[in-house]
Amino acid sequence: MTGADKRLRVLALHGGLVLVLFALQFLLPDYDHTNFTSIMVLATYAMGYNILVGYTGLLSLGHAMFFAAGLYGAGMGVYYFALHPVLAFVIGSSAGLILAALIGLIALRTTGVAFMIVTMMFAQAAFLVTLYFNDVTHGDEGLTLTQAARGFDLLGWHVDLTNPALRYNLALSLFTGALVLCLALVRSPIGRVLIAIRENEERTRMLGYDARHYKLLALSLSGLLSGAAGAAYVLFFGYVGSSFAAIQYSIYPLLWVLLGGVGTVVGPIIGTLLMFYLIEISRDHMSSYMIVVGIMLVLLVLWFPKGIAGTIRARWWGWIP
Amino acid sequence: MDLGPHLLLALLEGCVAAFVLAVTALGLSLVFGVMRIVNVAHGEFFMLGAVIAWWITSLVPDAPFWGFMLALVGAPLAVGAIAVAADALVLRRLNYQPEATIVATIGLLYILQQLVLSIYGPDARPVVAPIQFRIVFPWFGYSGYKLVAVGAASLLLLAAWYGVTRTKFGLIMRATQFDRETAQAFGVPVKRVYAAVFALGAMLAAVAGVLVVPLQQAHYLMGLDPLLLSFIVVIIGGLDSLKGTLIAAFVIGISDGIISVFFSPTLAKIIATLAVALVLVFMPNGLFGGKAR
Repeated sequence: MTGADKRLRVLALHGGLVLVLFALQFLLPDYDHTNFTSIMVLATYAMGYNILVGYTGLLSLGHAMFFAAGLYGAGMGVYYFALHPVLAFVIGSSAGLILAALIGLIALRTTGVAFMIVTMMFAQAAFLVTLYFNDVTHGDEGLTLTQAARGFDLLGWHVDLTNPALRYNLALSLFTGALVLCLALVRSPIGRVLIAIRENEERTRMLGYDARHYKLLALSLSGLLSGAAGAAYVLFFGYVGSSFAAIQYSIYPLLWVLLGGVGTVVGPIIGTLLMFYLIEISRDHMSSYMIVVGIMLVLLVLWFPKGIAGTIRARWWGWIP
Repeated sequence: MDLGPHLLLALLEGCVAAFVLAVTALGLSLVFGVMRIVNVAHGEFFMLGAVIAWWITSLVPDAPFWGFMLALVGAPLAVGAIAVAADALVLRRLNYQPEATIVATIGLLYILQQLVLSIYGPDARPVVAPIQFRIVFPWFGYSGYKLVAVGAASLLLLAAWYGVTRTKFGLIMRATQFDRETAQAFGVPVKRVYAAVFALGAMLAAVAGVLVVPLQQAHYLMGLDPLLLSFIVVIIGGLDSLKGTLIAAFVIGISDGIISVFFSPTLAKIIATLAVALVLVFMPNGLFGGKAR
């Protein structure tokens, strides 16, 4: 396959995905319309997670803190300071980026299992902080943003983030932006170095690359996307509470990415979509629906470690980035 | 109350917490030491111990003492069997690869926790203490059972120490820990040792759960706190060191007791978790710094 041919296929696959998502908004019933809005936002979070685990080979168990940084950064900005939603989005995303860079400076001294435990501990501390400052965050009860606070005027017309159609397309834009960013990153020289680090860090360092520098960049980008997803989530759905910072929200992206395919650009949305509906369906039938998460994790790790897109790549379409 | 009695109370509470924590953390430490895996489901074994203890004691409502004794034997055995099954069905198939094992034990955590939720329900249920007497200090009365729990925990710790350092099984275990392949070459049945160690670690957590249940009630979410505290203890105490684990359990347990009496328990936990993350990063001779085998 020639390079141009390959580029065309990549463009067709990912462009097609965005087009399908765009078309779906006219076909989906109200309930699924809202679900797809959150799935696209959560898939952005999963893609951020995937930059770290899939392309750099660092498994984090604490990404909820970056997601929550976005949620609280944007949510408290609007709730307490009546910030412009766009500004709040920028602040939330930056909060994810900055927190990730700071945590990275410390946590990236470790690798493997120690990195997993360190990130888990930091995330647990962050979760406890949201409980401790109960006066400001209202803990589990959380903060609810009013409809008025989630709207603004732009060039003469009123933008209302509670409007489902607008929300869907903004979520789609966020998702598309993240998709383009990931595609560009993976195919760029930086992305190549990240993959080299995943495959063999020692050798990459011997070739003259400063591995820690690149890992910090990957973690920061990962935090940026997670924070942006969190900020979008609170602006679209108007609620932030401690449960978003809990360990469960660190496990979810791991599960989504594992199911969809670690180290593939399309994997996160596939995994998020399937898991979202699997959990929704089991929630309707039993109170112990989180058992689905446990069973899926064990099954994936035992029998399906490449996930859906990863298996497709290994078996048929070797060109999937 | 004055400061003195307050401090005494805090010390007593800390002591109880420390002994129970030491037993739980010892299980985690054994599993990590010998098998080089981090068992995230460790707290669920603690919870299972407590829940099964509730079930067993509820079968003999008229004789709380004998019911509790039965639970003290039955609950760890049941949990040990579950652990053996988990080892054979999941961990061994992954060949104990560290990162895959963590993900699998996270899965195990949810499976066990949610199974208990669907069978046992969301309520917290009390277990009557096997003995009822109060030690009366001039300032306050103190539950005698707590001191009995401390005694039982220290007996267990002594037994564990004896088992690891003075018995044939302990020797085999340490040989496997030191060098898995050489041990295998010398005829040590490594797979069976791994299964036994995983079960033993789970059973220690389960016993701790049984000892705690008269003080704390059995609930399906009670596993998270002991898990995090055990992580903290094992990381600070360092690998390959029973002594380190025990010392760390006492430092953490007692300081947690004291800080919680005088300050907010949440603040104490925040400080402890951050401290542990920093220990793990900056003192790599702690838990994970040992040579990768």
